[in-house]
Amino acid sequence: MPATCNLQLASMRNIFLFIRRFFNLLLFLALEGLAIYTLYNYNKTHQAFFGGIANEVTGVVSKKYNDVEYYFQLKKTNEQLAEENANLRKMLPGSFETADTAKTTYIDSLAKDTLGTRKFNFLVAKVVNNSVTQENNYITLHRGAQQGVKVDMGVIGPDGIVGKVIFISDNYSRVMSLLNRKSKVSAMLKKGLYSGELEWDGKDPSFLTLHSIPKSAKVQKGDTVLTSNVSEKLSFPAGLMVGRVEEIIADPSSNFLTLKVRSATNFYTLQYVYLSDNLEAAEQQQLESKTPKD
Amino acid sequence: MSSLLKNIIRFVFFILFQAYVLDKVPPLHEYVKPILYFLFILWLPFSLSRSLQMIIAFIFGLCMDYFTGTPGLHAVPCVLIAYVRPFLLNILVPQETTELSYAQPSAKSLGTMPYSIYVLILTFMHNACLVLIEWLQFGDFIFFIGKVAATTAISLLLIFVTEVLFPRKARFRTNAA
Repeated sequence: MPATCNLQLASMRNIFLFIRRFFNLLLFLALEGLAIYTLYNYNKTHQAFFGGIANEVTGVVSKKYNDVEYYFQLKKTNEQLAEENANLRKMLPGSFETADTAKTTYIDSLAKDTLGTRKFNFLVAKVVNNSVTQENNYITLHRGAQQGVKVDMGVIGPDGIVGKVIFISDNYSRVMSLLNRKSKVSAMLKKGLYSGELEWDGKDPSFLTLHSIPKSAKVQKGDTVLTSNVSEKLSFPAGLMVGRVEEIIADPSSNFLTLKVRSATNFYTLQYVYLSDNLEAAEQQQLESKTPKD
Repeated sequence: MSSLLKNIIRFVFFILFQAYVLDKVPPLHEYVKPILYFLFILWLPFSLSRSLQMIIAFIFGLCMDYFTGTPGLHAVPCVLIAYVRPFLLNILVPQETTELSYAQPSAKSLGTMPYSIYVLILTFMHNACLVLIEWLQFGDFIFFIGKVAATTAISLLLIFVTEVLFPRKARFRTNAA
């Protein structure tokens, strides 16, 4: 009995000696492991681990920085907003000549509301942090859960789409920019309505790539690319401006084209964006998930 | 100023400088990206224990990560260079004399040549590790080689400029400090 006891003690002591001897190596491995774990489980564990505190803190610092930086871009921002206002004004009923209905008799047979129901709601948000130089770029907005932001909302700039909300804290939200290797948005050609996947190759912040457009599509340089009516997350209203085709690259081994698209949004000078909230997304997703998988 | 206070100021300054100055520079090319923030770890005092250095480096890297939005990406190379640093210093430094009389690594305390080698090796390791993580997710071998070479060259240039602009007084350590 005492012999085994001694043996156990000795082995215990050996373990402690081992830990003490290689403490630095073990600590190194533990810290690297922790870092790699956070890197690969970022989106899943972030909310649970840090509760958005880090997001709030970096958001406040970024807000301070942006308050200064914003002044240098006031003129450009103002022009952008004025131009957008002009475009919206063009759509007002007052800008159109009404049809002359005095001479024809017309019986309204529609006994229902032709205005339809609202599908999208828009919120305005200030960009407080934005990057274009990383491999994976993110944007911080000064508007969060308390102001009605939800995950998977689409983010739209004055000239075109910008990205998608990936997580939120109380007053700030983090957006995955289109300039992100993990970003995937469905977009379609205005001519022919062919849908494909919009990605970024990490090279130039003014160009995006549109994949899986069939070769049968008659694409030309300068064609308009819009947001698609079919998408998984249903973040964007269909038909929003994405960009214009700059170059057509045919892949000889497959039946698809890869298009280099000049982005409509200027990611260098983003100051105000709109968040699009799809009010019917949950209903559609619920219905689609019921599809039998056999 | 005490060494602790000085290092806390450096900690904040390097992160803000990287996040709000260097990361805002419009990209010249996909490979050319200025990285300077890890100089904080190169400048840590000799007197810290190895485990403490690694923990500081981990926190430092993670703070950097929260500004770029990629937790873990900068923490991995930071911990790596903090782990390698003492080994490298052991090889490069005549032990008995320097570590006892100087507070931190600099061109004056190590000598210009050994300090350059120290900076070169750690810069290369940091950037190689950082780009390797990116390479594992996407890109090809040319991307890896090109980006490591370009970022290391830019980092070395920036470190040189920083050393010239902000000469640190290589104070002797005294009993009073």
